[in-house]
Amino acid sequence: MDTVRYLDDDGKPLRDIPLSEEELLAGYRALRRARHFDERALVLQRQGRLGVYPPFRGQEAAQVGVALCLEPSRDWLLPSYRETAAAITFGMPLSKLILSWRADPAGWGAPPEVNMVQFYIPIATQVPQAAGVAHALRLQGKDAVAAVFIGDGGTSEGDFHEGLNFASVFDAPLLVVVQNNGWAISVPTQKQMKVQRIALKAQGYGIPGVTVDGNDLVAVWTVARKAAARARAGEGPTLIEALTYRVAPHTSSDDPGRYRTEDEAEAWKKRDPIDRMRGCLLHLGLWDEEKERALSEELEAEFVAAVEEADKASEPRPWEIVEQVYAEMQPDQQAAWNYLHGGEA
Amino acid sequence: MIAERGTRIINLVQAVNEALDLALERDPRVVLFGEDVGKMGGVFRASDGLQPKYGDKRVFDTPLAESGIVGFAIGMAMAGLRPVAEIQFAGFLYPALDQILSHLGRMRHRTRGRFTIPLVIRAPYGGGVKTPEQHADSPEAILCHVPGVKVIIPSSPERAKGLLLSAIEDPDPVFFLEAIKLYRGVKAEVPEGYYTLPIGKARVVREGSAATLIAYGGMVEVCQKAAEVAAREGVELEVIDVETLVPLDTPTLVESVAKTGRAVVVYEAMRTGGFGAEIAARLAEEALDYLEAPIVRVAGWDAPYPPFSAVENFYRPDAKRVLEAVRQVLTH
Repeated sequence: MDTVRYLDDDGKPLRDIPLSEEELLAGYRALRRARHFDERALVLQRQGRLGVYPPFRGQEAAQVGVALCLEPSRDWLLPSYRETAAAITFGMPLSKLILSWRADPAGWGAPPEVNMVQFYIPIATQVPQAAGVAHALRLQGKDAVAAVFIGDGGTSEGDFHEGLNFASVFDAPLLVVVQNNGWAISVPTQKQMKVQRIALKAQGYGIPGVTVDGNDLVAVWTVARKAAARARAGEGPTLIEALTYRVAPHTSSDDPGRYRTEDEAEAWKKRDPIDRMRGCLLHLGLWDEEKERALSEELEAEFVAAVEEADKASEPRPWEIVEQVYAEMQPDQQAAWNYLHGGEA
Repeated sequence: MIAERGTRIINLVQAVNEALDLALERDPRVVLFGEDVGKMGGVFRASDGLQPKYGDKRVFDTPLAESGIVGFAIGMAMAGLRPVAEIQFAGFLYPALDQILSHLGRMRHRTRGRFTIPLVIRAPYGGGVKTPEQHADSPEAILCHVPGVKVIIPSSPERAKGLLLSAIEDPDPVFFLEAIKLYRGVKAEVPEGYYTLPIGKARVVREGSAATLIAYGGMVEVCQKAAEVAAREGVELEVIDVETLVPLDTPTLVESVAKTGRAVVVYEAMRTGGFGAEIAARLAEEALDYLEAPIVRVAGWDAPYPPFSAVENFYRPDAKRVLEAVRQVLTH
């Protein structure tokens, strides 16, 4: 089984690129936008201005390439906690994402025009839900698809199997994207499963499985676009395995030194998805230092504005704990709400 | 309203079938699915005749996987439908507990209302009909311990129909447990047509002054039998059907105990950590001043529900055990 690639490790095209110049430029911008957020978010976290944060450095292309195929008010995204890059590209406002990783409820609800379910923390539970979302979209006659993300470790969960089986039985318009980043916190993929090609698991469900170079934006975008077109045509789900690497710690609280050497990460850093995409643009004569500088300034201004916006949100109030439990507050929640307001319970 | 309608004598499973039929007819967003729900019409025939009537897009069979069913249903509800999922037996809910505990009741809360789960999960529960292992479980306490869900257990065909229609209209996830013993064990008058009954209301099904029997689902019938026997000896027992476990109608329970001064709580699940313990705790918190005797629980023993049917009747509370408890609270 081949791995789909369009760019070599330096970004030089290996074959004809099925994307327009505008798309290539938009794709590079989306990658840089995600990377900028990730880098600045880690700084905020170190300053105590974010909570526990799961960085996605090195996995930008695997997420951005899929999100670029989706339209946020029509399609759906069900991400795990690692997929902030997908969320950014899908259209989640940066200020909301900052609040979300600040554990502020003001960041938890996507705007009405963005069908993104809040990041999933349990592993693979979103897969059967995504199958249900996709099936419901189809039953309602909508020309829409859902995309769900998990990691290599998530494929060990029963819900990965049940979700894929449901999606395939009902021909649900779904993209199941597994970012095989080599690690489930400290457990390497080789210890997670005997099969070393996650895409092969698709055969067990009678659906297509594709392994793609997850650090090659052109490849991910092209594969995801094909899978989305297939889903929209009513032909059912596709399992996409994006080979990538978690060059950063599991979260801001993790110490990878306890379970791996940095050699492997260093090797993967040479295949950085953003450097490769920039290499591609340079090779095609679409990019220069001046454009790079302008983009950096634009992204920093955007991030600063997003932090300012996020900082305007008022601190969560204690009684919000018992709000949004039910559509209408029930007697027990009302009593707690009264107490938390300082009144009589 | 209901009194003005025509009625027919039907059993509980027929009442459930009628409710499902009416919900499918009334709201195009309603879809029905689960194991053997479509072509076969459900192992208890709750969805009998509905697939031919509404088509296999709205009434369908699923793969045999409970976590998949609940996860799939959560997704469908989020994306704009009104799913009614059947879990074949309540004892088969356990593989779905991750979906239930991690997501079902949290989605509104964790997305601040952006996504909601208007989903009904129906499941037959309880013993009394000599089923195999795992088929007679009463896991309602587990479900009541999940934030953000409602839990309803009807005790008669009329209540089942109206409450199920309310559950399907409800904007939040509802567990709807149906006592297997009552499916065909009781026939009663049920109003024709569409009607709803209020969620979150307990009701007095027999008035009395000597003591209050508190029960739900299949145990209401047992308490009514006990009350009839006691009445022959001149002891008038009040019987309350809790009906909605979450949100619990505590005031109705307290009001009754204020009148009788004595309470017996009856449930067929294992005694320890059962929902009757929650009822007893609430009475202790809010009705202690009225109590003239300790609250007594009559429940399943602290053992697995016996899969050996010859002695099943010694596990499930019956009128005799309820009356022993009544004697205890009356002679305290």
